[in-house]
Amino acid sequence: MAQTSIVMAGFGGQGVMSIGKILAKAAIHEGKEVTWLPSYGPEMRGGTANCTVVIADDPIGSPLVKFPDAALVMNKQSLDKFEEELRPSGLIAVNTALIDRAVKRGDLCALYVDANALAERGGAARSANLALLGAFMARCDVLPICAVEAAIEETFAGKSTSVLETSLAIFRAGVEAAATG
Amino acid sequence: MSSQSPHPQRLLMKGTEAIAEAAIRAGCRSFFGYPITPQNEIPEYMSKRLPQIGGAFVQAESEVAAVNMIYGAGGAGVRVMTSSSSPGVALMAEGFSYLVGAEVPVVIVNVMRGGPGLGGIGPSQSDYFMMTRGFGHGDQRAIVLAPSTLQEAVDLMGLAFDLADKYRNPTLLVGDGLIGQMMEPVTFPEARTELPEKSWATTGKPASRERNVINSLDLSPEGLERHVAKLFDKYARMEREEPRFERFQLDDNPPVCLCAYGTMARIAKSAVQQLRAEGIRVGLLRPITLWPFPTSAFLEQAETTERFICVELSCGQMVEDVRRALAGRRPVDFWGRTGGVVPSVEEIADEVRRLCG
Amino acid sequence: MSEQTQAQIQTQTQTQEKVVFERTRVLTPKHTHYCPGCTHGIAHRLVAEVIDELGIQEKTIGVCPVGCSVLAYDYFDLDMQEAAHGRAPAVATGIRRVLPPDRYVFTYQGDGDLASIGMAEIVHAANRGEKLTVVFINNGIYGMTGGQMAPTTLPGMKTTTSPYGRKPEECGHPIRVSELLNTLVAPRFIARGALSSVKEIVRAKRLIRQAFELQHTGFTFVELLSTCPTGWGLPPDKAMRWLEHNMMPFFKTGVLRGPDAMPEAAMPYAPDLTVGDAKSTNGKEA
Repeated sequence: MAQTSIVMAGFGGQGVMSIGKILAKAAIHEGKEVTWLPSYGPEMRGGTANCTVVIADDPIGSPLVKFPDAALVMNKQSLDKFEEELRPSGLIAVNTALIDRAVKRGDLCALYVDANALAERGGAARSANLALLGAFMARCDVLPICAVEAAIEETFAGKSTSVLETSLAIFRAGVEAAATG
Repeated sequence: MSSQSPHPQRLLMKGTEAIAEAAIRAGCRSFFGYPITPQNEIPEYMSKRLPQIGGAFVQAESEVAAVNMIYGAGGAGVRVMTSSSSPGVALMAEGFSYLVGAEVPVVIVNVMRGGPGLGGIGPSQSDYFMMTRGFGHGDQRAIVLAPSTLQEAVDLMGLAFDLADKYRNPTLLVGDGLIGQMMEPVTFPEARTELPEKSWATTGKPASRERNVINSLDLSPEGLERHVAKLFDKYARMEREEPRFERFQLDDNPPVCLCAYGTMARIAKSAVQQLRAEGIRVGLLRPITLWPFPTSAFLEQAETTERFICVELSCGQMVEDVRRALAGRRPVDFWGRTGGVVPSVEEIADEVRRLCG
Repeated sequence: MSEQTQAQIQTQTQTQEKVVFERTRVLTPKHTHYCPGCTHGIAHRLVAEVIDELGIQEKTIGVCPVGCSVLAYDYFDLDMQEAAHGRAPAVATGIRRVLPPDRYVFTYQGDGDLASIGMAEIVHAANRGEKLTVVFINNGIYGMTGGQMAPTTLPGMKTTTSPYGRKPEECGHPIRVSELLNTLVAPRFIARGALSSVKEIVRAKRLIRQAFELQHTGFTFVELLSTCPTGWGLPPDKAMRWLEHNMMPFFKTGVLRGPDAMPEAAMPYAPDLTVGDAKSTNGKEA
């Protein structure tokens, strides 16, 4: 029955749906059960977007989770919304580039990363989502990092080699930032 | 690719896209539909894939037109489908009745959303009545399949086309916004290569045979009664052969049985697991066919189970079938959320604790 | 008359027998239910003769409407489908899109069916350029339901639902469907004929034939001005004259759209879809 639920949230266009899908593909690589559930409809058009990924060894019942185990938040609205909902001692990865406050709850395990800076340094400012995912994976043992790398390779298989290499490099920069930070 | 997935056959797909691909694997080469949230990825997927494989995609001017296009195509003998969501499906009610009356096999998918009226786009199960009895005028029935996981949606789409052809009757498949929008790993069956012959189809009349007519009009009351009686013979056979259901955590004959289908059954399953972890013995009986309703399975369960709790994303629709099936043998409670609100596992568990406390 | 004389006459008749009139092969032997003097019978016969002459009986699928011609599937010796009220163009679209391209698909629809409840279906089938032939029977009235007002009912014309005569200020003016469809780009052939006299009937048949011949190039449409003696409350011969006198001045006969005639209002438009620097098309990156 052990399962891990992770919420990814941010502005539409920040790629939170995409890193959710990468995580779900990585779970499939590991032979796990997984569900990916987006917020959908008008709220997706320009406002905040989020998706929930549940990873488990056994078939998953509800893909909706009231108290997620972990969250990746790309903007302040998402921190405001999901900080409240995380279960006690949950992990929260915060993109400091767009969030100017610390996590208020003392019972959470907070991780602060300037994902935008890492992405810009890596040569693709739009890939901040991958930097935050990398940092998150360094602290969360739900899946091995190599499985996520394989999922990134699968996701960018149709693109040029340089796009894939840049994406992987930014993801790894996130991993390192969290491991050293 | 440098690293191969150890499970290459499991594909991560959105429910709506999985439904569309499953239809193609089942031999469906034609789709007619009109946009409506939350099922737009089905026509979008079809508009991309069907031209690649020599199929036909038409964005109809309305759901009214779409259902009549599948009537024409189905009457011409091919596997064909449309999909829509509650308000759009309601517009197809007339065409559905003609499909039944003229015995045209097609598949219609309803990705349900909250109503009444324009309602909302959140997940809902409030079309149970419309799909199982009130869909279109006249004496008619159709098999209604309700998948609970995306893999089941894939499997049931293939079955839906087979059942449509087996009975020459439309088959309905119902999901909701959650089934439609979520992603899960799915495994597809091999693409169907051999499809049933349809000697009754209107393909152009060679001199060697009588003309074929697709029609539901019969102005003689006796003639129409005979036709309807023939349809009801088919329905009787469906009721004997087609009820499908899943029993979950019921082997130890728990005193309490939850009843739910589709998305709500997934949440109920998690609730069953949570309650059992606390030592509360409860199971789940999940209809997979909403019509024909698995009445015998409920009667059998009522031998040992003392109370039934029906949970739905509506104000109580399937519960009427549960009560009808049990015919007063056991008490049946109802709990539901509506309007697109999806309850949490905890809410269902709390309700069971409250009722059984 | 003696038995011998009778036998002689019979023998004479047999030897002199010469076929001067036959049932069209594409029609079934069934007697139609149409009222005396109704032009549906003529229209059926013209369509059947064209199909016979083109040798396409085995390749043709017809779609009937709801209206007086609802039973037309009993009269055409073809594979047929019966559509819901107004939906024949949608049904025909479904058939056309899934059958081999060498098939011929036609709908046969009245004015209530096509121009009222089915206006969306006919406009969109025409606009998509569905490769169909639509035979449109315009008699300005709902025949089957008992003579109610149709979208094509003439101003002042009395029907069972316009007992004081059609008032344009309340009900609008009659819709000229052929002209309306002629504003679309896709149709290949749009024409209006009349079933009012031998001359017009011969012309109408030519139009139907042209439509079928052009069907595989796109949407083809033939409107036939028709009579409804019962609904109009006129004897058949007077109904014909009424048609000529009242309908034909408003609904002009002739070819509105042919292979060589494209109205300016319906000229195709092919934008290049670029934005400024021409690097993106249709709002999406190229």
